[in-house]
Amino acid sequence: MKALGAQIRAELVMTARRGESVLVTIGIPVMLLVFFGSVHVLPTGSGRPIDFLAPGVLALAVMSTSMVSLGIATGFERSYGVLKRLGSTPLGRWRLLAAKTAAVLVVEVIQVIVIASVAFGMGWRPHADVVPGALAVLLATASFAGIGLAMAGSLRAELTLAAANGLYLVFLLLGGMVLTITKLPAFLGTVARVLPATALSSVLRHALGSSAAAPLHAWIVLASWGILAPVIATITFHWEPD
Amino acid sequence: MESTSPDASGGLAVEVKRLSVTYGNLRAVDDLSLEARFGEVLTLLGPNGAGKTTTIEALEGYRRPASGDVKVLGMSPLADRRALSSMVGVMLQQGGVYPAMNAKEALTLFASYYDEAADVPRLIETLRLDHVSHTPWKRLSGGEQQRLSLALALVGDPQVIFLDEPTAGVDPEGRISVRSALNDMRAAGKCIIMTTHELAEAEHLSDRIVIMNHGRKVASGSPAEVRSLGDATGNSAGGVRFHASGVLNLDELAGLLESPITELGARGEYLIEGAATPAMIVRLASHLEERGLLLIELAPARKTLEDAYLQITSGTDDPLAANEGDLKRGARQGGGRR
Repeated sequence: MKALGAQIRAELVMTARRGESVLVTIGIPVMLLVFFGSVHVLPTGSGRPIDFLAPGVLALAVMSTSMVSLGIATGFERSYGVLKRLGSTPLGRWRLLAAKTAAVLVVEVIQVIVIASVAFGMGWRPHADVVPGALAVLLATASFAGIGLAMAGSLRAELTLAAANGLYLVFLLLGGMVLTITKLPAFLGTVARVLPATALSSVLRHALGSSAAAPLHAWIVLASWGILAPVIATITFHWEPD
Repeated sequence: MESTSPDASGGLAVEVKRLSVTYGNLRAVDDLSLEARFGEVLTLLGPNGAGKTTTIEALEGYRRPASGDVKVLGMSPLADRRALSSMVGVMLQQGGVYPAMNAKEALTLFASYYDEAADVPRLIETLRLDHVSHTPWKRLSGGEQQRLSLALALVGDPQVIFLDEPTAGVDPEGRISVRSALNDMRAAGKCIIMTTHELAEAEHLSDRIVIMNHGRKVASGSPAEVRSLGDATGNSAGGVRFHASGVLNLDELAGLLESPITELGARGEYLIEGAATPAMIVRLASHLEERGLLLIELAPARKTLEDAYLQITSGTDDPLAANEGDLKRGARQGGGRR
């Protein structure tokens, strides 16, 4: 436990020291929330923009932490030989992964507190159905972390950086986070419906914004990604630098 | 599972039998056998691509042997990796530390992985990292990074220590601290296996040296034994080297001394080959005196480790095939060099 606790703390300290990580996990989501919540330029549906945006930005924050930040950081740790070196210590690979998972969850809790507070200040009054919301966040975290680690463990660090940022933009635009997917062309709409980002946005919007249950389809998509992505990451992951 | 410990002073800590490691079609390590004992520093020497790092990584459990057997503390580095992790210290050739983490944080973090870790402030002091203990890894000089990596390998108080080029890029003061730390480890009964390209460092630190080339062991023995390989093959070792203040007639001097004389690279530097007797030295001094020349320097022509190393690793033929005695040759373990 001593080793795991120290490693979780180290992961959190390293995350806080990466300026770009703080920007992508907290800065960008808050900026998007404040800007598009104040300037009504997005087709966010019939309700108030903040009611549409807040769950979407929470979904974006989860993706930022568990896919972009985790993937890029892990990719560079692999290229610097950190993962290889830690693999020969008593910490071992599984405690390292557990520490990374715990650190991601701690950052997500901080993100939820910050983003929800800002949204609350902008008039958001969520219908707090916490259990499905938390379950969706956990499944999405597994999905995005699987995608991020699959990139980090098989691509060069620089490619992981590019791919994670590219995917971030794709999921931001197609994932129903700040744009409703009903405005997308038919083909893109079909693609969007099978993305974990879209499923998470949908579930969070239902859990926090209305009393209606989220569509079963969204849960199936989330659960499928939540299982498949970590399995793929496990199979393809290389611990040593390329 | 059984394991050996430093209590068995001088006992076997690492055993490699006919190890081969391949990368696709490339045979990086070929039929290598070696042993290392507690309280001993064993150094792997060889040119780039000789298989040193691959060998050490097979011992660390990073490489799966294509054939052969590897035992560290009586255990398999692959199958018993978890059990070995608390008893083995590892220093990679490069990297291995979070770039934004400073020396003190890294050592404290690594110390938390072990039940019985070394004292972190003392380790920082021993390896002269005091002045940079709060500097992030990415801002350390190459030598400081190497010393921190070494400290991280030692922080778990391991019984066996694998070091891949521990003095690469380290300045002379830093080398003294590295040497001191490794000597302390040896005195404490630890087994140290390291690779290096620094031949002087290898000579200073090693109890035994294994020279590798093309994945095979081509020579092994104590530094003195490896150094004397030229003697064993009848090459230019031995004799007396002298420096005179002028140019000499070699034929005349060779006749006088009854021994072959060779002119060395620098002006006025000569080598009297073979054993030099006191009478021969007297004749040489008289010869110079008669010509009004000074005898500036007179010293045994001792073959260096570098001479032996270059001879062993550069020839296309096997230069040591005839060598007998304590020197063990890769050629005797299943064929000549490729």
